[in-house]
Amino acid sequence: MNFGFTEEQELLRDQIRKFLDTKCPLTEVRKISKTKQGHSDELWGEMAELGWLGLLIPEEYGGVGLGWIDLIVLMEETGRFLYPSPLISHSLCAMALIENGNDIQKQKWLPQLASGKIIGAIALQEEDERYDSLGIQLAAEINGASVSLSGSKHYVSDVAEANLVVCACRTGTAEGDVSLVLVETAADGVTNKAATTMDATKREGVLTLDNVTVATDAVLGAVNKAWPAIERLNDCGAVAVTAEAVGAAEQALQITTNYAKERIQFDNQIGKYQSVKHPLAKMYVDIESFKSLSYFAAWNINESPEDLPRSVSLAKGYAADVLPQLGIDCLGLHGAIGYTAEYDIQLYLKRTKWIRPKFGDADYHFDRVINLGGVE
Amino acid sequence: MDFDLSTEELAFRDEVRDFLKDNLKQKVDNDFGVSFDQEWNDKVREKRWVGFSWPEAVGGGGGSIMEQVILKQEMAAAKAPSLGTCFMGLAWVGPSIIEYGTEDQKERFIPDILDSKYQWCTGYSEPNVGSDLAALQTKAVREGDHYLVNGQKIWTSLAPFAEWMILLVRTDFKVEKKHDGITCLLVHMKTPGLEVRPIENMAGGSFFAEVFFTDVKVPVENRLGDEGNGWRVTLTALANERSSIAEVTQMERRLEVLKALAVKTKKYGKPVLEDATVRRRIARFEAKIEAMRLNGLRYLTKQLKGEPLSSETSVNKLTRAELEMDMGDFAVEILGAAGPHLRGSADTVDDGKWAFGSLSWPDVVIGGGTPNIQKNIISERILGLPKD
Repeated sequence: MNFGFTEEQELLRDQIRKFLDTKCPLTEVRKISKTKQGHSDELWGEMAELGWLGLLIPEEYGGVGLGWIDLIVLMEETGRFLYPSPLISHSLCAMALIENGNDIQKQKWLPQLASGKIIGAIALQEEDERYDSLGIQLAAEINGASVSLSGSKHYVSDVAEANLVVCACRTGTAEGDVSLVLVETAADGVTNKAATTMDATKREGVLTLDNVTVATDAVLGAVNKAWPAIERLNDCGAVAVTAEAVGAAEQALQITTNYAKERIQFDNQIGKYQSVKHPLAKMYVDIESFKSLSYFAAWNINESPEDLPRSVSLAKGYAADVLPQLGIDCLGLHGAIGYTAEYDIQLYLKRTKWIRPKFGDADYHFDRVINLGGVE
Repeated sequence: MDFDLSTEELAFRDEVRDFLKDNLKQKVDNDFGVSFDQEWNDKVREKRWVGFSWPEAVGGGGGSIMEQVILKQEMAAAKAPSLGTCFMGLAWVGPSIIEYGTEDQKERFIPDILDSKYQWCTGYSEPNVGSDLAALQTKAVREGDHYLVNGQKIWTSLAPFAEWMILLVRTDFKVEKKHDGITCLLVHMKTPGLEVRPIENMAGGSFFAEVFFTDVKVPVENRLGDEGNGWRVTLTALANERSSIAEVTQMERRLEVLKALAVKTKKYGKPVLEDATVRRRIARFEAKIEAMRLNGLRYLTKQLKGEPLSSETSVNKLTRAELEMDMGDFAVEILGAAGPHLRGSADTVDDGKWAFGSLSWPDVVIGGGTPNIQKNIISERILGLPKD
């Protein structure tokens, strides 16, 4: 029994924290998120060299061959520092290839993803935001050796930066007739309209495919059989976002706790007052709780996949449920200074609002928990 | 990360399971009250599973931390009666005596606690001293071979049924720090001058009481630890509350029962569980219970690695408190108009058990530190905020 990290994982955490602390403090985060590109090629390249872009990718394909527990260590820290990069999208794209690709597809793409030569993303959602297979309507028509794709994917994270997108599309009329197709964004007919969200470190947008033709060898896994893989990909996305949420929430709590120790009102540190310290204690309890839930979900991805749906829905449901209020309370405890653009806490409030719907909000995940519970 | 048990731990788990298969005759199905079963008590005592964490030298089981967890988990999952019924004796009086007691005290008290011969109660809170325990005022003056005790305790759980009390008194009023000058005494409840007045709680039970001390003579040999060292003895006692794993299994069971109630209860001819709000509230309970389980495992891992736990246990205590209040109230809420009906009413559901349950949360929520005190502990000891 060991529900903790190994020494190597703790070392990895220290290394990442030191890297981000020296190279990408919040002053730098603000600069990077104002650029058109929204992330730093230089830092991205360094992360590739450190192996962090290919953490999940097997060594034979140029990666490091580690698992999700290692990856969430990385993501907790990128969340803590609000590090702007396509890391989540990139890792999920790699995951889709690792689990569903054939050897030729893996040989072709994984080394490029691991080296950072290309950026990967995934596109599951459409305009009608839903998490069942009927939500996937982008039409993919198979004609002999080619596939013709037409339609739009929405809320695609890092769509403007990605070179390769794993796209969920509809290949048949039955409810579950969906497939995953690799789309190169440089191909004819591929356009995107991306924007920064309220959280300037997170960018997403619409990917439009207008009669895009790809070869059938761009289909990941069997045609019409991708629903379980898509659901799993969404679950892994929820784990990734929740891992970043743990780091971000811990940092928001740290910033606010520090402020409560420094700020003097009525001749006392405000952290002395229970109306200040008790909400902070409650945040600590919530963070500890969705942290434990997210670790367990991450563990299930590799070690017990059948337990992933329930565990991830408990984790993301809990996090999505409490985070926005946590962001509001952290800001509120600062008073007017927290409202200024210059002060950092507002960046964390915005992050909580980005996290809430990503890969499913609390309603979606809690409904799923009950449905999985078999009580009808 | 790894959630597997070692070969030895698996062997121990199987031993417990086999024992349960052979010996568990009556499952404990209700949440309220435990029926005493002498035969069961003797059998688990024989296995040394009562006082399982205690050293073998005093008659305990010498179980490892992991074995303790396994034992508790298996017992709770099988709905077995508790391991011994001397609740406070086993939870903190015994461990304090083992750590601070004289050889004579160990011989006199430990075997009786292990045999569940009688109940212990805990004389901590006073009329003006609740959460701020160290401010206590009950006075003890040494007179030759005994202490003369005068004062009053209140909210003393189990006092109407207990034979012995672990009592905190003040032996020195001239101290600078209120935590000094406190002494711990072991007092027989039939001592002349000691009077118990039961207090009826809002649910109609009388499990706690006021206890009055008028010139009560307590022999010096019944002092636990040194004079003035009572606060340390208390801290040891409270630190002994270990893992919350068995509690989690209980909460999981209660959630199952609550779900069944939400299926059985109909509104407009449909189970209330079909209502999205009801479903999501139940899922929230589930998330919190699972978080308690996993937090417990994370803190257990720290203990197994030999890292000291600071105040992390307050995390699960707060969540538990919230669940106790919310789940109890939620049951009564979904019952609608029948919710407030007690046992005996024509409209009551399940013999009034939900109504009764919704009035019983203070046992858990207030006894052992209110939620506000837990929040003080977390914010001061973990977050490092200034004391108020």
